[in-house]
Amino acid sequence: MLVPCLVVFALFIVWPLGKSVSLSLHGSDLFGRPDAFVGLQHYRDMLGSAEFRHILWVTFAFVLLTVIPGVLGGLVIVLLLEQHIKGIRIFRTAFALPFAFSVASASVIFATIYNPAIGLANGLLGRFGVDRIGWLTDPSWALISVSITTVWMSIGYNVLVLSAGIGAIPAEINEAATLDGAGGWRASRHITIPLLGPQLFFLIVISTIQSLQGFGQIKILTPEGGPEQSTKTLVYSIYHTAFANNASDFGAASAQAIVLLVILLVCTAVQFGVLERRVHYK
Amino acid sequence: MRRLTAGRLITYVVLILAALAVIFPVYYVIAGSIMSPGQISSYPPDLFPHGIFTGNYKGASSSGTPIGQQYLNSILQTSIITVSQLITSVLAAYAFAFMKMWGRSVLFGLFLATLMVPWESIVLPNYLTITGWELGGQRLTATYAGTMIALVLPFLANAFGVFLLRQSFLQFPTELRDAATIDGCGHWRFLRRILLPLNKPALTAVGLYVFLSAWNQFFWPLLIGDSASRRTLQIGISQLNDVEAADPGLILAGVTLSIVPTLAIVIFGQRFIVRGLTAGAIR
Repeated sequence: MLVPCLVVFALFIVWPLGKSVSLSLHGSDLFGRPDAFVGLQHYRDMLGSAEFRHILWVTFAFVLLTVIPGVLGGLVIVLLLEQHIKGIRIFRTAFALPFAFSVASASVIFATIYNPAIGLANGLLGRFGVDRIGWLTDPSWALISVSITTVWMSIGYNVLVLSAGIGAIPAEINEAATLDGAGGWRASRHITIPLLGPQLFFLIVISTIQSLQGFGQIKILTPEGGPEQSTKTLVYSIYHTAFANNASDFGAASAQAIVLLVILLVCTAVQFGVLERRVHYK
Repeated sequence: MRRLTAGRLITYVVLILAALAVIFPVYYVIAGSIMSPGQISSYPPDLFPHGIFTGNYKGASSSGTPIGQQYLNSILQTSIITVSQLITSVLAAYAFAFMKMWGRSVLFGLFLATLMVPWESIVLPNYLTITGWELGGQRLTATYAGTMIALVLPFLANAFGVFLLRQSFLQFPTELRDAATIDGCGHWRFLRRILLPLNKPALTAVGLYVFLSAWNQFFWPLLIGDSASRRTLQIGISQLNDVEAADPGLILAGVTLSIVPTLAIVIFGQRFIVRGLTAGAIR
């Protein structure tokens, strides 16, 4: 009964993983097929190049710009929803809506909004007398614009997860707090947020993983990795090195793919080591 | 009746502003799709459509990117992946939950470990392998059927579904299971007649989750599929964005068409999704 899963995992996960390592130690011909063994040359080239350090920096900045606003925004919304407000179901559904949007559909909508000439973002700002912003063409804005899109996409999921977490907090705890005179924000700070620890931790880990893997929004919004490569993250670079402009450098791209795997594993391990100890499980 | 204090007023104002900011792109995609080309690119911008302009939908379905065909491709691709993952996950979850075998927990750990491997780290070898295959003397991806096979093959099984269904199966009372076995109820009969009907909520959650993630795939479908008519809808709308850049209403009409199934799932299937998606978050 395990055979179907085992076959798929072996063929399309385990074997390719080994193959990725092997590709990263070889050069590639014009069609991307491996040729001569070059050892660690790709890794040496990569770690020695200023471009690769730039790529790592963009990747890191992208993670910070998406994970922190996404998780904090979700938390604030969920805490506000908990203040016994009217129409809570309508609000919940409204905040969950972005979850229905694929990375492609969300990116295309934001591309339309960011359009420098006829886009809504500049049009609305213009009404308040603000100058046009090159949302996707200005190197200091492009990564921020892509991050805004990403945060918008993730907020629905974050609200769903945190709402479920709040729903699981026993009613007696809140009643006891009210009796002791802790209402509103004091209850949120000292009771709700600590009890949401597991969900917040889960969201931080998942969002970091997703941001490190973000690709569609970067490819669609900034097709060439942004002005002055300002949105060229590691995953975008893997794609670019292997496929763009018939580069077909599968060797170098595979070395980057292995670096991505290592970064992801290290990040997750660090988050489990540092954050999880501070999480309170019931 | 609660008094409307200053604090509560602020709560409402912040919530409404946040909700508007979140909903705005959703509103804009639908409103923009029924605006005439003149209105949508007017300056200062006009946020409310004057009547319903259907030209964008006609344009989207007759433009260079065959949206209708791509819609079918996506439905086919997503259905195959969903049905297949449900079957493979049920089988594996059953084995992990009910069958005693040597090395079971180690194997389960290895299954979960596959979830840690990012797709982008293994996409290149998979691409080289699958596009290198031949069927009847030509490349696999040279035919429509071959392209579909290439699209779904790596995703016919996933450890997340196995994990979720195993959790659900483990809650089945062992006494009942033993009683069924004593009455001569074999594995297959027990699975089909008793276990699956009792685990419908978990199966629905896994099914919806798999459907959403397959429907939304981007990286792999971008690499597979030589011609526009063999591409999935997600790639289609992103190309619509490149090709029709001067006509935002038409692009938004394409996007609106593409989000109908997932929007329906999120609005009507929310409680099932929450179960599926948050299962990993609650220990």
